[in-house]
Amino acid sequence: MKDFASLITALDSTTKTNEKLAAVVAYLNSASDSDKLWCVALLTGKRPRRPVKTSFLRVWSAELAELPLWLLEESYFVVGDLAETVTLILPPPAAANEKSLTERMQELGTLRQLEEAEVREYIVNAWMEMNSDERFVFNKLITGGFRIGVSQKLMVRALATHLGEDENKLAHRLMGNWKASETNFYDLLVSSDGNENLSRPYPFYLAYPLEEAPENLGNASDWQIEYKWDGIRGQLIKREGEVYVWSRGEELVTDQFPELVELGRALPKDCVIDGEITAYKDDAPLPFTFLQKRLGRKKVGKAILKESPVKLIAYDLLELEGRDLRETPMEERSELLHKLVAETVSDRVLLSEPFEMSTWKEAAAKRDVSRENFAEGLMLKRKSSVYKVGRKRGDWWKWKVDPLSIDAVMIYAMRGHGRRANLYTDYTFAVWDGPDLVPFAKAYSGLTDKEINKIDHFVKKNTIERFGPVRSVKADLVFEIGFEGIAPSSRHKSGIALRFPRILRQREDKKPEEANTLQDLQAILEQFTSV
Amino acid sequence: MVSIDGNMAKRKTIYTNFCLLIMALITFSSKGIYCKQAGIYIDPWKPVKRALITHAHADHSRPGMKSYLAHTDSLPVMRHRLGEVDIEGIAYKKTIDLNGVKVSFHPAGHAPGSAQIRLEYKGEIWVISGDYKLGKDGLSAPFEPVKCNHFVTESTFGLPIYKWKPQDEIMADINGWWAENNSMGFASVMLGYSFGKAQRILANLDPSIGEIFVHGAIHNTNLALEMAGYSFPENTYVNSEVDKSRYKGAMIIAPPSALGSPWIRQFKPYKVATASGWMALRGARRRRNVDKGFILSDHADFEELNTAVAETGAENIFVTHGYSTVYSKWLRTKGLNAKVVETEYEGELSEIGESVNKEKEGE
Repeated sequence: MKDFASLITALDSTTKTNEKLAAVVAYLNSASDSDKLWCVALLTGKRPRRPVKTSFLRVWSAELAELPLWLLEESYFVVGDLAETVTLILPPPAAANEKSLTERMQELGTLRQLEEAEVREYIVNAWMEMNSDERFVFNKLITGGFRIGVSQKLMVRALATHLGEDENKLAHRLMGNWKASETNFYDLLVSSDGNENLSRPYPFYLAYPLEEAPENLGNASDWQIEYKWDGIRGQLIKREGEVYVWSRGEELVTDQFPELVELGRALPKDCVIDGEITAYKDDAPLPFTFLQKRLGRKKVGKAILKESPVKLIAYDLLELEGRDLRETPMEERSELLHKLVAETVSDRVLLSEPFEMSTWKEAAAKRDVSRENFAEGLMLKRKSSVYKVGRKRGDWWKWKVDPLSIDAVMIYAMRGHGRRANLYTDYTFAVWDGPDLVPFAKAYSGLTDKEINKIDHFVKKNTIERFGPVRSVKADLVFEIGFEGIAPSSRHKSGIALRFPRILRQREDKKPEEANTLQDLQAILEQFTSV
Repeated sequence: MVSIDGNMAKRKTIYTNFCLLIMALITFSSKGIYCKQAGIYIDPWKPVKRALITHAHADHSRPGMKSYLAHTDSLPVMRHRLGEVDIEGIAYKKTIDLNGVKVSFHPAGHAPGSAQIRLEYKGEIWVISGDYKLGKDGLSAPFEPVKCNHFVTESTFGLPIYKWKPQDEIMADINGWWAENNSMGFASVMLGYSFGKAQRILANLDPSIGEIFVHGAIHNTNLALEMAGYSFPENTYVNSEVDKSRYKGAMIIAPPSALGSPWIRQFKPYKVATASGWMALRGARRRRNVDKGFILSDHADFEELNTAVAETGAENIFVTHGYSTVYSKWLRTKGLNAKVVETEYEGELSEIGESVNKEKEGE
C-alpha cells in the first residue's frame, strides 16, 4: 500500500490539477489491475463501510501511545481529524511490510466478522508496520472518513490517458453502484461488450448558476424555460422491466421511494427519465424538510409514506426503448417525454411544464413569483442543446431567486476541519426572543479566508465558555444570513428550520440589539407555508 | 455545612503554603513575571523600570523598559531592534546579586543568546525558561537543565501530536527540496522567523547546491549576530542591484510576512516553503498555502517539554503560552503540581501569519 499512500501524499500536497492528474496517471501506469480498481473506487468516493468503531480506535491508539484518552481527545480538537490525530500520536513503527492496496482492502473487508480482540490485534499490528503516510491513509479508511480524492472529471481524464479511451465512454462506465470487491478493472472499464449493467445511470448534466443578465443569452424564444424545483435530482430507470431510482449523488435510492417503483412499473416502455423527486401532497410540493425524512433510511414506513408522499417532476428523457437520446436536441427529447408521460397511467409523475416566453422580461416576472409556486427560480435550457456530461457552461443555466435573509447574532463558534482546522469557521446564529437569544441556524460558507481570520481572532478573544471544539462567544457580531426556504421544525429550539442557510455578509453597521427577532422569522414562515 | 475531612484540610494547607511561596519570590502581574525582592520583571509586556530578558524575540523583548539585562549574545540583536536603550549583558552561569536574590542566566537552546533565568532567594529556586528546545541546532548554546523548586515553562507545542525529527533529517529534506527546484530552474523561497529560524536554516544549508540570498530584515539580524561572533555561509542580501538571473535556482530566505507580498514576485519562477512546528498539521500546511511545509521548530515538542520538566526536579510547574490548560492537566495527572499562568507570549504564531503583534520585519 506504500505506492498508494505516496499517491495520496502527492495529491494532498498540490492544488494544481495538472500535477494531480500526472500523479494519478503515474500510479495507474505502474499498479496492478486490482490495485488500479481499488484506487479508482477510493478516489471517486466509493469508500467501504467503516470496519471498526472509532471509539475503539481512540482507545487502542491511546493505549499504544501510553496516553490518557482525554489527551487524545484534546489533541483531536486541535487537529480536527481523528485519522490524522491517531497517525500523529502513535509510536514509531517497529517493522515494515509490502502488502498491496488490494490485500489491505480485502483484509479490511473481513474485519466486521471478527471478534473485538482479533480486530484490535489486526489494527495494532498494521499500525506498527506502516510509515506515517501509510498510517494516515489506513486510518482514513478505517475511520470511514476517506475523502481525499479527485473529481470524477479528473479520474475520467486520468483513465482516458492511461487506457487511450474516449472520456465520455469511461465516464458512463464509472457510473452506477459497482463495487471494487465484486468486479475487476477489465470488466468495468475496458471490456466493451454490450452486457452493461442494467441499473447503470447516465452521468447527470448539471447547470451553472446564471451570473449575468439573461439578455446575453440571446432570444428568450430559443430557450426552454421552466421552474427550478426544490427536491432531489434523480434518474428513474426502467430496463427490461426492472426499475431503479438514482439520486444525483450517484446513490441507488430505489428502496426509499416505493412510489417511484410503482410509477416505473406503470411506464409503458423501457426508458430513463431525468427529473426532480419532490415531496408532494394535495396538489402542491411540500418543503424540502419532508423529503429529508426519506433520506438515509433503508426502508420507509407507512407513516412517512403518508406524511410525505413523493412525485417525480419529469423534465428530460435520456433513453427510450434502449436508444440513448443524449445527442438528440432538447426540444425533441421534450416532445418524446411529453408523449411518454401522456401514455403513462400513474398519478406519481408530473411534467415540468415549460413556459411559452418570447421575452426575458416575461421570464423575469415568472422568476419573481417562483417561491410562491414552490420553486427556487428558473431553469434555462437551450432548445437545441444535447445532454452533456457533468457541469458544463453554455446550454443549461439555473437562474435562482435571491435568497431570503435575516440579521442575526453569532453566539457559538466551532473549529473547522481539514484546511481550516484550528480556525473557528462554523458559526451558530441567534435571533432575539424578548431578552433572550434563540439559536436558529448554523452556517459556515460565504466568507473569504481574510474575513474568517478576522472572526477567528474575535472568537479567541471573546470566548465565554468552551465545550470541546465549540466556544460560546460574546454576542456582539451581527451577520446577514441568507436562506432558500423555511419550514416549521420540532427538532429545533426556535421551531424553525432553514434551507441552505449561509452568511451573506457581516453587518458591521449593526449593533447586536438591532438584529432580527424570532417573530420576524415566524412572519417569513407564515408567508411561505400558508399559501 | 459539610465538614472538611482530613485529606481536604491537608490539601488546603498545601494550597495555602503554595500561595505564600508565590507571594514570597515571584508573582505573575499584569505587566509580566515579577520578582519584588529583586525589583525586576522578566520578559515584561508593559513598560517597567528593570527588565531581565530571556531572548531577543519581539514578544519577549519589548520596547519601553528603563533598563534591560540579557545574555551578551542577545545585545546586538536587541539593540538593532529596540534602538539605543539602556542595556547590559551577562554571560551564561555568571551569578549576580540583586537585593539578596542570586540571579543567573542558563542556555535555553531556543535561539542565539536565549536563556533560562534562575532566581534564588533564601533557599528557594525559581527558573523562568522563556522559550526553549532540547534539540541541538548547531547555532545556539544547547539547553541545560537547571534544578529548581519552581519551573515556569512554555507549552507552545504541548500536545502529543507534536514530535520533532532530528534537525539533520529536516535539513536534508530542505537541501533536497532546494536541489530539486534548482534542477528544474525554480528559485526556492524559504520562510522563517528573521531572528533564529532564518539563521538556523542558513547555517545548515548546503552551499554547493547554488547561491544563497536573504531578505533585508534577515541580513540586518545576521550583521548583528556577526558582531556577537556568529558566522554564516556566504550569502547576498536581496536588493535592486542584484541581477535577477541570479535568482534562478537560488535559495532565498525570507520572513513569513514575505508570503503574498509584491517583494516575493521578483523571484519568479519560484517555489515557496515554510519551516515551522505548525507544519506538523495537515490543516495548517494547506491553510498556509505554500508549496511545501517543513516541520522545524525552535520550541520543545511534547516529549522535550516532559523531559525538561522532569529534569528540573521542580515540585511546582507554571505553564505559560501555548496549550497551557491541557499541558498543565497532563502534568497534574503525572502527580506534579502544575497550573496555568496567563502571559502575552506568542510562541511560533507569527510563522504562520497568526501573530497578534506584528513584528517589524521590513527594516
